[in-house]
Amino acid sequence: MVNKEKNSATDNRTVVNIDAPNHVTGKSIYVDDIPGMEGMLYLKIFDSTIAHGKITSLDYSEAALVEGVEKIFSHKDITGENQIGGIIPDEPLLAEDEVHFMGQPILIIAADTEDAAEEALKKIKISFEPLPVITNPREAFAKGKILSPSRKFVLGDSAKAFSNCKYIFEGKTETNGQEHLYLETQGAYSMPTEHNSVKVFSSTQGPTAVQRTIARVLGVGMNNVEVDVARLGGGFGGKEDQASGWAAMAALVAYVMRRPAKCILHRMEDMRMTGKRNPYSSDYKIGLDEHFNILAYDVTFHQNGGAAADLSPAILERTLFHCTNSYHIPNVTATAHSCKTNLPPNTAFRGFGGPQGMFVIEAAIDHAAKQLGIDAMVIQQRNLLKDGSEFPYGQIVNECEAGSCWNEASSKFNIEKVKKTIATFNNQNDFLKKGLSVMPICFGISFTNTMMNHARALVHVYSDGTVGVSTGAVEMGQGVNTKMLQVAAETLGVNKSNIKLESTNTTRVANTSPTAASATADLNGKALLDACEQINERLHDFIRTLTGNDEDAIKIINEAVYINEEASVYTWKNIIQQAFMKRINLSAKGHYATPIIHYDKTIEKGHPFAYHVYGTSIHEVTVDCLRGTYEIDSVRIIHDAGKSINELIDLGQCEGGLVQGIGWMTMEEVVYNENGKLLSNALSTYKIPDIYSVPKEIDIEFLSTEKNNLAIMKSKAVGEPPLMYGIGSYFAIRNAVLAFNPSSNITYSSPITPEKVLMGLYHKSEQ
Amino acid sequence: MIHFILNEQEVRTSLPEGMTILDFVRYHKRLPGTKTGCREGDCGACTVLIGDFENDQLVYRSMTSCLLPLTNVQGKHVVTVEGINMQQLSPVQQAMVDANGSQCGFCTIGFVMSLTGFVMHETHREYNKAIESIDGNICRCTGYKSIERAAQTISTALNNKPKEKTLQWLVDNSFIPGYFLDIKERLSALRRQLSVNIGDTNGMNIGGATDLNVQKHSLVKKSSLRNLFDDASLKSITKENGQCKIGASVTVTHFSESPVIKEIFPALDTHVKLVSSTPIRNMATLAGNIVNASPIGDMSIFFLALDASLVLNNKGNMRTVKLKDFYKGYKTLDKSPEEIIAQIVFEVPSKNSLFNFEKVCKRTYLDIASVNSAISMTLNSEGVIQDIHLSAGGVAPFPKYLSATVDFMKGKKPDAKTLKSAADIMNSEIQPISDARGTADYKRLLLRQLFFAHFAGYRKEILKELLTTA
Repeated sequence: MVNKEKNSATDNRTVVNIDAPNHVTGKSIYVDDIPGMEGMLYLKIFDSTIAHGKITSLDYSEAALVEGVEKIFSHKDITGENQIGGIIPDEPLLAEDEVHFMGQPILIIAADTEDAAEEALKKIKISFEPLPVITNPREAFAKGKILSPSRKFVLGDSAKAFSNCKYIFEGKTETNGQEHLYLETQGAYSMPTEHNSVKVFSSTQGPTAVQRTIARVLGVGMNNVEVDVARLGGGFGGKEDQASGWAAMAALVAYVMRRPAKCILHRMEDMRMTGKRNPYSSDYKIGLDEHFNILAYDVTFHQNGGAAADLSPAILERTLFHCTNSYHIPNVTATAHSCKTNLPPNTAFRGFGGPQGMFVIEAAIDHAAKQLGIDAMVIQQRNLLKDGSEFPYGQIVNECEAGSCWNEASSKFNIEKVKKTIATFNNQNDFLKKGLSVMPICFGISFTNTMMNHARALVHVYSDGTVGVSTGAVEMGQGVNTKMLQVAAETLGVNKSNIKLESTNTTRVANTSPTAASATADLNGKALLDACEQINERLHDFIRTLTGNDEDAIKIINEAVYINEEASVYTWKNIIQQAFMKRINLSAKGHYATPIIHYDKTIEKGHPFAYHVYGTSIHEVTVDCLRGTYEIDSVRIIHDAGKSINELIDLGQCEGGLVQGIGWMTMEEVVYNENGKLLSNALSTYKIPDIYSVPKEIDIEFLSTEKNNLAIMKSKAVGEPPLMYGIGSYFAIRNAVLAFNPSSNITYSSPITPEKVLMGLYHKSEQ
Repeated sequence: MIHFILNEQEVRTSLPEGMTILDFVRYHKRLPGTKTGCREGDCGACTVLIGDFENDQLVYRSMTSCLLPLTNVQGKHVVTVEGINMQQLSPVQQAMVDANGSQCGFCTIGFVMSLTGFVMHETHREYNKAIESIDGNICRCTGYKSIERAAQTISTALNNKPKEKTLQWLVDNSFIPGYFLDIKERLSALRRQLSVNIGDTNGMNIGGATDLNVQKHSLVKKSSLRNLFDDASLKSITKENGQCKIGASVTVTHFSESPVIKEIFPALDTHVKLVSSTPIRNMATLAGNIVNASPIGDMSIFFLALDASLVLNNKGNMRTVKLKDFYKGYKTLDKSPEEIIAQIVFEVPSKNSLFNFEKVCKRTYLDIASVNSAISMTLNSEGVIQDIHLSAGGVAPFPKYLSATVDFMKGKKPDAKTLKSAADIMNSEIQPISDARGTADYKRLLLRQLFFAHFAGYRKEILKELLTTA
């Protein structure tokens, strides 16, 4: 819960989301809410019905004759390059001779009405020569199909260390994908502008990525493409790279036809055509000494990348960065392969490969504990990171909160008592069993690609004293605009009601990194801080010219000007008016590039993260051993928030992230058949948590710290880390299954659906 | 011509009767507050309130506008978020803001509309009713805890809501705008102008459209429609001489709220809660679920276990068919295209008989079953099964009446030995397939478990005997 003592109306820590009043009245504008212009074209996409094959014939002559159809675009109609790959140029916007996944776009229909476009879709004739379909990453790897070079992180000498281990355990794990299920589907709206240019409203986390992609596809300069983002109806990583294709289609049509064009995906199109969280199939080997210290850990990850690289190489990297989670392991060999399969290109999803890496080490520890007849938490606690520990990538642990979070959680939530209560409950109940688990997390903050860790912000103070703020941050529900407003208000000393957060627009703030990696508030906030300080400096100098004393210390608080700590006759408003008359520059562009960080891929060592976020969660669940269903009774968390600048928003991020992680681990099951067809292709077959399936109790306490880190105003990043708490619910449910059936063969495979639970409960051992 | 009141404004439209209210308000009335999330009634982002007369009372119910055809709002009051906005935020909206119950905002108006529907209910005040009202709303951002906190605040604010003149109180306390007070009269006046029109009797039959508009929306949009949903002759529930007769267009909500039905099924609330969500239950008709013939239709399974019959009407020619004989194969029915279901009829089970409904899916609520099952059973004074009916969904191409199992159990005592043998027989008369809702093996095991679960509430001790050796 939010710390009550800090609850006061004037305290920044409880500022409500500035978008909320518009959200609850339906006044917030998303892409499809922008009024259509005269002559607007509706786009529909004709996509592949097979997962791999050669296009042997394609005939859309009849479709082109449907009344209202203006033009059907194939790859031949692309004016620039038919390429949308972000990291590696391996993904065409429209398929040419071959298709590589079911749902791959082949043609774009542009019509006066949506009905006409849909009618035309039915009249397209296509035939394929099918090629072998691979959906399994291990099979792909065995056949040499990889998307990017494999990576290996080495710390110490694990081969040698295993020979000193008393206990060694080996096994396999599987983590399935996860559909983003942002409530707002992918979409973009484009219009032609002067000088051969286009303006694009896009639901994207990466306005610059969209701009760059469109420039490439149209064959124009980036300065011909203006991308504007007001907000997203959810992103979660799914609109980091994968918003670009639809925006490029809308822009292409607008550019060629010189008419506005709108491309909004239907839910089932979105689910079919877009990639998901990368599934992983992994092998582990863990070695411990007689005191349960983990001495050695070998792990090999097979990432299911889908048909194109997308962001998979970067996701793969983060899996390696987080392969030891919150533990100090002196000898690690971690290998990762990005495997090419015939699924839609998998992509970023909150946690960005980190959760997939953490699941494996948690499974390895659980495996060891079960075999040794001890609680997993004994091994977990014993091996927690400490200041001075070395991560497998060479960064030295500093300002570590792993132990403090664990200890605080353990005592505050009385874990020993919980253990006893559960044991008693399980003894007394035959067909209800409870399970318990602890899940610590450690997540590095920064883009792992060092060059991306920079940002800019533009601040205009208008002559009436009101302020407009533009940054590269995209608001997608995480509350970043509210935090930006707080930074500007506090730094300038201006009331929040006089500051407006502008849309994210590539003509105002250029060359942005996507809103991702949990680092957006840090990067953009610090750029904004820089801009505000520049303005402050000019204003303070100006005030000193008014007072005539260049020694005066100036402060502006709540729009009142204090000189040498004393109230003055000046106010923000009249100072701004006077400064404007004196031709002072009232605008500033701020810039920030994270210091310290560096990484050398050739040796896989460096200091890639500005800092780490820690936390510990305790999960209690109850399994109905008759029906194989379960309820999560409680999740209690101590979360390392630093000195939160907005506890209300940070609490929302923690709760939401946790539940999304639980969804990934429990009910959310992405199902493809062997032909690469998505079976869980709608909300009726793909289930995310509803209000009844979330933990009955979620208790989140912030470990408030004020360390010397690089977080914005010492308020640590909060977007992704809480998702990984969800992994704990998997192990708690698994433990409950084993309480009913100790000889169950239930494997380390997520999600742990009611099916896996029931089959696990009633599995009979072979003896 | 469809004629209704949209928010404060009277509306007439000649647009296709099958067009959804979602498309109508967004793209023809420029009311973009209502959002498009899934177009299959599974997310609630498009929730609107529909005001309609029920026993001369104007009652508002939440519905998903993505499935709601224009024809079904003839003579009604359609309320979108724009229709509840006032100068100040309503207590519902304010609670959502204060609790940070809105992050990306895309699902938010759905929650606001559902909660406003809860607020407008004449008796509901309790927190759990507030939560029930949003059981059809999906949020991907918040994890729901902040929305629960908002619901708590809203529920508390209703402590003094009176049973009489509720609408006036709601207006006085700024929950809804003042124009709501005139709607009843305006609707009555509007209805007097409407000719009794159920559409084209040769048109496509449409009930709540909760499945038709998912599966065949483009056809619905193009077709001339016969609106069965508002056919008053299909909306009654009666009990006479031990027989219960239910009109085909009775919604799941009407069914579950009916005092007649509640008396027959004491555990009805827990059973119905497992069936889709509040807005869908407000739209979906019982006959629609039956005629849809989905192999996992919850209400079909429910009525099969009552050995219900259907009265079919072919332009005045009536015939009766047993529900268990109605299904001939996958989506194949003993019904001519001209026939419509008029009534569902069943013998009221005796007071001491067992009735139970079980359902398991990936997500307990707002989901389609992996397997569902229902049972009704009466024992004689010696504890021998005198009468039994058992059904299961998700294990055959259509809702399955488990006749071989039923035949075996009749005349036996429901002890562990009988149940175990019955489970084996049951296993031989089903043909589940593997799909997104589970593998065939799982469905077989699950049905056995649900079969045992039917008896778990009835005789708790039997479970251990059944399952420790199973």
